[in-house]
Amino acid sequence: MEKMSRVTTALGGSVLTGRTMHCHLDAPANAISVCRDAAQVVVAGRSIFKIYAIEEEQFVEKLNLRVGRKPSLNLSCADVVWHQMDENLLATAATNGVVVTWNLGRPSRNKQDQLFTEHKRTVNKVCFHPTEAHVLLSGSQDGFMKCFDLRRKDSVSTFSGQSESVRDVQFSIRDYFTFASTFENGNVQLWDIRRPDRCERMFTAHNGPVFCCDWHPEDRGWLATGGRDKMVKVWDMTTHRAKEMHCVQTIASVARVKWRPECRHHLATCSMMVDHNIYVWDVRRPFVPAAMFEEHRDVTTGIAWRHPHDPSFLLSGSKDSSLCQHLFRDASQPVERANPEGLCYGLFGDLAFAAKESLVAAESGRKPYTGDRRHPIFFKRKLDPAEPFAGLASSALSVFETEPGGSAMRWFVDTAERYALAGRPLAELCDHNAKVARELGRNQVAQTWTMLRTIYCSPGLLPTANLSHSVGKGGSCGLQLMNSFNLKDMAPGLGSETRLDRSKGDARSDTVLLDSSATLITNEDNEETEGSDVPADYLLGDVEGEDDELYLLDPEHTHPEEPECVLPQEAFPLRHEIVDTPPGPEHLQDKADSPHVSGSEADVASLAPMDSSFSLLSVSHALYDSRLPPDFFSVLVRDMLHFYAEQGDVQMAVSVLIVLGERVRKDIDEQTQVCGGRGRLPLKRFALHPDSDRQALLSQEHWYTSYIDLLQRFRLWNVSNEVVKLSTSRAVSCLNQASTTLHVNCSHCKRPMSSRGWVCDRCHRCASMCAVCHHVVKGLFVWCQGCSHGGHLQHIMKWLEGSSHCPAGCGHLCEYS
Amino acid sequence: MRLATAASEAYTTPLAVSELLGCKQCAAGRDQDEELGIRIPRPLGQGPSRFIPEKEILQVGSEDAQMHALFADSFAALGRLDNITLVMVFHPQYLESFLKTQHYLLQMDGPLPLHYRHYIGIMAAARHQCSYLVNLHVNDFLHVGGDPKWLNGLENAPQKLQNLGELNKVLAHRPWLITKEHIEGLLKAEEHSWSLAELVHAVVLLTHYHSLASFTFGCGISPEIHCDGGHTFRPPSVSNYCICDITNGNHSVDEMQVNSAENVSVSDSFFEVEALMEKMRQLQECRDEEEASQEEMASRFEIEKRESMFVFSSDDEEVTPARDVSRHFEDTSYGYKDFSRHGMHVPTFRVQDYCWEDHGYSLVNRLYPDVGQLIDEKFHIAYNLTYNTMAMHKDVDTSMLRRAIWNYIHCMFGIRYDDYDYGEINQLLDRSFKVYIKTVVCTPEKVTKRMYDSFWRQFKHSEKVHVNLLLIEARMQAELLYALRAITRYMT
Repeated sequence: MEKMSRVTTALGGSVLTGRTMHCHLDAPANAISVCRDAAQVVVAGRSIFKIYAIEEEQFVEKLNLRVGRKPSLNLSCADVVWHQMDENLLATAATNGVVVTWNLGRPSRNKQDQLFTEHKRTVNKVCFHPTEAHVLLSGSQDGFMKCFDLRRKDSVSTFSGQSESVRDVQFSIRDYFTFASTFENGNVQLWDIRRPDRCERMFTAHNGPVFCCDWHPEDRGWLATGGRDKMVKVWDMTTHRAKEMHCVQTIASVARVKWRPECRHHLATCSMMVDHNIYVWDVRRPFVPAAMFEEHRDVTTGIAWRHPHDPSFLLSGSKDSSLCQHLFRDASQPVERANPEGLCYGLFGDLAFAAKESLVAAESGRKPYTGDRRHPIFFKRKLDPAEPFAGLASSALSVFETEPGGSAMRWFVDTAERYALAGRPLAELCDHNAKVARELGRNQVAQTWTMLRTIYCSPGLLPTANLSHSVGKGGSCGLQLMNSFNLKDMAPGLGSETRLDRSKGDARSDTVLLDSSATLITNEDNEETEGSDVPADYLLGDVEGEDDELYLLDPEHTHPEEPECVLPQEAFPLRHEIVDTPPGPEHLQDKADSPHVSGSEADVASLAPMDSSFSLLSVSHALYDSRLPPDFFSVLVRDMLHFYAEQGDVQMAVSVLIVLGERVRKDIDEQTQVCGGRGRLPLKRFALHPDSDRQALLSQEHWYTSYIDLLQRFRLWNVSNEVVKLSTSRAVSCLNQASTTLHVNCSHCKRPMSSRGWVCDRCHRCASMCAVCHHVVKGLFVWCQGCSHGGHLQHIMKWLEGSSHCPAGCGHLCEYS
Repeated sequence: MRLATAASEAYTTPLAVSELLGCKQCAAGRDQDEELGIRIPRPLGQGPSRFIPEKEILQVGSEDAQMHALFADSFAALGRLDNITLVMVFHPQYLESFLKTQHYLLQMDGPLPLHYRHYIGIMAAARHQCSYLVNLHVNDFLHVGGDPKWLNGLENAPQKLQNLGELNKVLAHRPWLITKEHIEGLLKAEEHSWSLAELVHAVVLLTHYHSLASFTFGCGISPEIHCDGGHTFRPPSVSNYCICDITNGNHSVDEMQVNSAENVSVSDSFFEVEALMEKMRQLQECRDEEEASQEEMASRFEIEKRESMFVFSSDDEEVTPARDVSRHFEDTSYGYKDFSRHGMHVPTFRVQDYCWEDHGYSLVNRLYPDVGQLIDEKFHIAYNLTYNTMAMHKDVDTSMLRRAIWNYIHCMFGIRYDDYDYGEINQLLDRSFKVYIKTVVCTPEKVTKRMYDSFWRQFKHSEKVHVNLLLIEARMQAELLYALRAITRYMT
């Protein structure tokens, strides 16, 4: 901070001048206080107690109050205060519980005046009455506050904070009899100095200790408090109940807070730990400090404004053994460095844009650039309801909407839901996906799929009508088998709700089947769950050894011999079998299943190479005849992926990556996809360009994360989980493993069930019973949305095979679909 | 279910001490059993604690609702109802906080992987040769998929954990020697380096298990039935006791015989309580009258600190650590007693300059969210816990006594409270009590039943457990303060 400026302020005749400067102390400071004349400052600490004169260019040591042969603990100061009426009067609070007053007018070298040894524990704070000459207040660790009359030898009155340690005491500046005290348990109390028996008012201000408080110098009844919970709060005490007016969230626990003179909404704070800077906040703008002083190298322990009517000089003492004078003009202002514009795309292509009002006004005057000409543009302006910040910030928010009710993104949702990504032979997947794309009118995409099929599937099997069986046998050996769960089976309910109800922001997803790896912990869900529709199929992530337990939940009810155990494999094994399963018997079985699972689609798929793409097919067929290996196309495929990604269609890029899986990895690894991450990959053959590899890796991860992000914003949880699981990049596939905790509320008392998912701590009842076997359901729970009865998934299914009525006997006709 | 797997592991693990020691008697007995084909373990019928008679301890099944909930919690979290829980349930309020913290440290979100957490627990407990905790966590470690090779010794663990060994050692025995260089060494070790968050997690775990080892020895916790030494395979009638069955090494056989003779002086001990209460009353009253000078106060602290080094039980015989445990740390000779013999100087740590409430809490909570809060609560509960009783007296304000114990422990670690008169400690804590405190906190492996019995003879067992809670929390806080101060210094 070499940029020094000189400020001169005229204050009722006297003139304050100075510059940003600092001086070295011999020892860490604990507190500082300024003399009334604004020309002297006292610094106190464990082994320092000195008065410095503030001169224009420097601090000059004026007096060392630490005299005597042996250093006494009485001189180990936790706090110091200079009387604002009497220039000769000082008080210190010692760490051993002694309150000492000092009279600078004494002729001897030792200025110590009086010694009060009434507190049993460390005294944290002393405070003089702002107008009364002889009244001193102290607050101590032992939970007591004492009021001393300096003309007497002992305390006048004692106030008991009910055994909690007192951290700060401050006389009100405007109310003669009132003082505030803050406590280690988070309470703030207001006292009348005349009534030591009980406090006038008490409220909980912070979570954890309240380290400091400060009365507003002008606004009567405004009290600022700072606590260990990193907050500064401003309270209005004039109303019947203390009202929180403002709250500033800082980055570390708040050690001191001081209102800035002459600036109604400004206050300065410094922190107890970790953060060494001093911040000046505008309480109406709680996210960015108005000014920041960065001179200190260790935590700041004391701050004081130099003159009660001058807002530009701030003094501070620190643990780094230095005393500083900061000039407001030299402060760094984070606001200036902050980017005042914000831009965000909405889910449906809307664009919100916030900027400084002046900027926007100027631009809108000359008809701003109209982004997408196909759609009408709406211009919304939200007026700032708060009083205008004096030149600080007032921003305008503009929202550009796409066509209302627009189905602009419908194709995305449909595609995501209907694409098949794994579990079937490659040719089938390609055909299926091509068909989906064509049905949605995306012919280019459809053609791409068809081409991929042509490239990667062996030519001989291409035109056969019996795709679903014969192709799988010969062609697609390397296909990974991870997941046989079909989107069509579960997505409709989810999709239809989430698809386009853009007005309902908090619509919740009624997922029937939860993946154990689902990140479905929405808070709304927890709060509004009721007995009827608790998504009670919880799988507690924090239960250890969850895999085994989930299998063993009710062993007597699982029927391993049942061939079609409907619990989809996706629910449990998570990662264990993701790793490159070699095609084996599983594969065959799955293939046999596929027509059954995908129903009508498979039939249509067999007719896939039809209209528009037909001509193209024949071309690629020709290519194959000339025996070009699939490797030949890998560059082309890579370019194609990049093309789609560049277009913004990450969906296509990611889907192709997943569908091609192993195949494309082998070829493209060296070029694009280095992110196999399995550790089993042989060392790259061409490791010549590590940078470009790295680049490719990043871009792939980027595609994945963007696609997953999009899916989640459309609440396509199942699809996004499938993508996460199928991804070949470790960084992506571990997304599923973070925060797997699922919070559940009790269906009786609505309280969260903290320890176990199936027994409520409060009402000691089991949350969900199976209507069939009357046991507690600890795994997947399925329930009827009509009568809210339910139970183990298998039990309910079995029951409903034989009966159409609810197993609970309520008479409802339940349906299981 | 989990208990079962753990138990079966215990039989198969190559850790069984008796095998290592090669006791012929045991081997013989085992052979016979194996002929029958089945070996049925039998608990060594001492209850959860070797110091506290089984009938004094709450029986499972007779607990009230609150305790039952705690038991259930404990079982859900640990997969077992361990002996520590059974002893701590004397103080359910504390136990709840303790279990919550421990569960969070071991199982909830945190920067360290699960098997690392258990391994650090093993390292810490092994520093005090606490085979009880080591065995428990060896099971847990394997259960969460830890590599069994690591258990062959610290040198088989990853370099990253090996680096932690030094901190573990210093923290356990001479925390005042921790400097920011220690921290720097851990944080800047290239690919083996720790992140700040991981380090704080590790430090909290280390201190937690150091102090838990103190509790284990201080209350004479018996080995779990599925662990080594917790069971026997010999039929009940066999009388010749095999020392292999008591691997905690405190020779409880002899002690039980010795102590039966010690219950003579009932009337003496009755006066002890009376005298203690009288002293408290006096201190309360005349505190204001005689005001010691500053130098006096300072010297009292120094005296207490110096004396605390020499407070040691006379029977200071060498205890050879059980071999299986010593594998987990190197340099067994490094201990607290070394420095006391050499009269090393412990620097004074002023709590007013760095205290848990203001500084430690903020740092921990910043780097390992929520844990600061949990530990803070635990400290508070332990420090403020009182039933206003003393032995047979009711409605006693014990805050003075509790503060004396707390500050005495901190004094041993060189931590000084400016606002405390250390003369009080001498008045309130008699020598046998000091010996016990000192041993539990500094060299817990040397605690004997005799020590446990010889202090506060008239007090209830629950009160002695209460004392232990104070001891372990004060110790944990002291260690944490030193470690966190070093981290803070590193950061600034």
